[in-house]
Amino acid sequence: MIELLAERFNYIIVIILMMTGLYAVVATGNLVKRLVGLSLFQTSVFLLYITIGKVSGGQPPILPEYSESYGGSNAGETAMAAASPAAEAAEGAVSQGEALQNTAEAIYSNPLPHVLILTAIVVGVATLAVGLALVVRIRETYGTIEDEALNQADYAAENARRSA
Amino acid sequence: MEFLASLMPLPLAVHAPAIIVVTPLLMAAIAALMPNGRLGWVVTLVSTVFTGLLALSLIVDVQSAGVIFYAMGGWAPPAGIEFRIDALNAVLLLVIAALGLLSVIYALPSVADEIAEGRQALFYSAFLVCFAGLVGVAITGDAFNMFVFLEISSISTYVMVGMGADKDRRALTAAYNYLVLGTIGATFFVIGVGFLYMATGTLNMAGMASRLPDLSDSRVVQAAFAFIIVGLGLKAAMFPLHLWLPNAYAYAPNFVTSFLATTATKVAFYTLVRFLFDVFWPEAPFVAISFFWVFAILGIIGMVVASVQAVFQDDARRLLAFSSVAQVGYMMLGLGIGTAAGVSAGMLHLVNHAMMKGALFMALGAFAVRFGIRRISDLNGFGQTMPLTSAAFTIAGLSLIGVPMTVGFWSKWYLGVAALENGWWWAVAALILSSLIALAYIGRMLAAIWMAEPPHDKTGGIAHARAPWLMLGPLWVLAIANIWFFFQPDFLISLTNAAAEAAFSGVTR
Repeated sequence: MIELLAERFNYIIVIILMMTGLYAVVATGNLVKRLVGLSLFQTSVFLLYITIGKVSGGQPPILPEYSESYGGSNAGETAMAAASPAAEAAEGAVSQGEALQNTAEAIYSNPLPHVLILTAIVVGVATLAVGLALVVRIRETYGTIEDEALNQADYAAENARRSA
Repeated sequence: MEFLASLMPLPLAVHAPAIIVVTPLLMAAIAALMPNGRLGWVVTLVSTVFTGLLALSLIVDVQSAGVIFYAMGGWAPPAGIEFRIDALNAVLLLVIAALGLLSVIYALPSVADEIAEGRQALFYSAFLVCFAGLVGVAITGDAFNMFVFLEISSISTYVMVGMGADKDRRALTAAYNYLVLGTIGATFFVIGVGFLYMATGTLNMAGMASRLPDLSDSRVVQAAFAFIIVGLGLKAAMFPLHLWLPNAYAYAPNFVTSFLATTATKVAFYTLVRFLFDVFWPEAPFVAISFFWVFAILGIIGMVVASVQAVFQDDARRLLAFSSVAQVGYMMLGLGIGTAAGVSAGMLHLVNHAMMKGALFMALGAFAVRFGIRRISDLNGFGQTMPLTSAAFTIAGLSLIGVPMTVGFWSKWYLGVAALENGWWWAVAALILSSLIALAYIGRMLAAIWMAEPPHDKTGGIAHARAPWLMLGPLWVLAIANIWFFFQPDFLISLTNAAAEAAFSGVTR
């Protein structure tokens, strides 16, 4: 059981974050705290997508030629060993086409989820910005950002209008 | 129409699916730079007319070619994003383009009345972004791209709803609640798409559809299905996920309400149909169960409960908003019937509801521009003060009830026939019950308009007023459409039948 969980600890963190965020949205009456919960909830989804993209033993999806010139990270080293022709390719004057062929042999992580999440982060930031702007306006108009006080203010205003 | 389409320059015709989304997006930036609201409106009008023409040419193309594929940027799927238009989204494109154009014509006097002068240009800019997002959702063939467009339209919608604060401060809290619930819905949807990507390794909807049947036992796919239904159900205001809708519709500017009520929830309903029938497939055990236990049941509860809630509203627009939730219930019932006839009836109601609710909200907006009214008791005697607007309101109201001679009758007729084919007599009973309750709440407004005495001014006379022509025009176009399509229903029915057929034949090439 523990082994099963240990293998999937990414997912466990994702689920914990997701539930924490969703709970915060539901439980708090403070509009800013609710947005914090919402952001947490969205961020957990980013992690979920990134987890999908990870291939065990995979290196960043950069052409070996270029990854050499960047000094080679830790992930790069192991991959270099796996794809030794890539190292030769970097030494000699080899056409880019061959370099591409060599990359196909190397194991690399799936870049697509990262690209998707870049988009999703932008969406999340835009949502948060609009949400906070609304909270600022609410605070200017009502003088409070507590849900209950807002309801009371609206209720009182409605009653005053009816009796008038 | 074919002749008009042939007039288009070739590059425009070839790249129409991309240009139709990009035009409103770019024009949104231009509209934001305009010095005043009137110029912003002109920019908006030009771009909606242009988008409408492109939509028309695409619809004509779909009718001759069947399905249009367009690889964004020349990158073929699965690597690139694909736009894909068939008979199902052609209907949506028609609704968005037509109602978008009518709403924009209507907008000038309404926005001038409700939004502060300095912010009008920005307001039109937000509208164009929303419009681009809705068109994008309707024509994209890529699941993640659909999420992005859904959020583009939603985020600008929150802004537009919040701008109702100049008239009523409750618009701010309504927009905030809409933002929180809408974001939760979108995030649920994107979790579901992530699961589907895990299971199939592609984001292209046709690609997913071709791989999913081998995976029907997979828990991942089933979880994906649940997440997507909840997420899109929230966006479509499916009962009981509709809580954001009544306040958002009631306190947003009038123009925004009439545009959203006719397009936004409709687009979300379309995405549900697309996922249920095309990405997933109706024979899958978990999808088949959901037809009855989720869509039919919740649809029926929604259409009765929301109608009852509508009867007890004081605010005229809030009443119509609850009625909208009930109407979404009708569409969900059509979906839940799960046959081609049911989906066709649901789509028919989608188009019809856009026409009637558009007219109703526009009429309320016209009342508001002249007399600033919101409540039903304020409608007293409007039959005498604003007869033209009141007459259009009446036609659309009768159509909402489903009276013969109006198009609403066909919605209910075809829904009833489709339900009876399944042997669902109780669904027909619920349909009739809900229509009777609709008679009660529409009747309440009509009674105030036609039977109550109008308030007299100081001299004892009655104030007479006429809404601006720019508002009356679109309003009457919709009112006449409500009658016209009762006598000439073949056009709409052939469109929705083709849509249902396209939904059932799937997205695979």
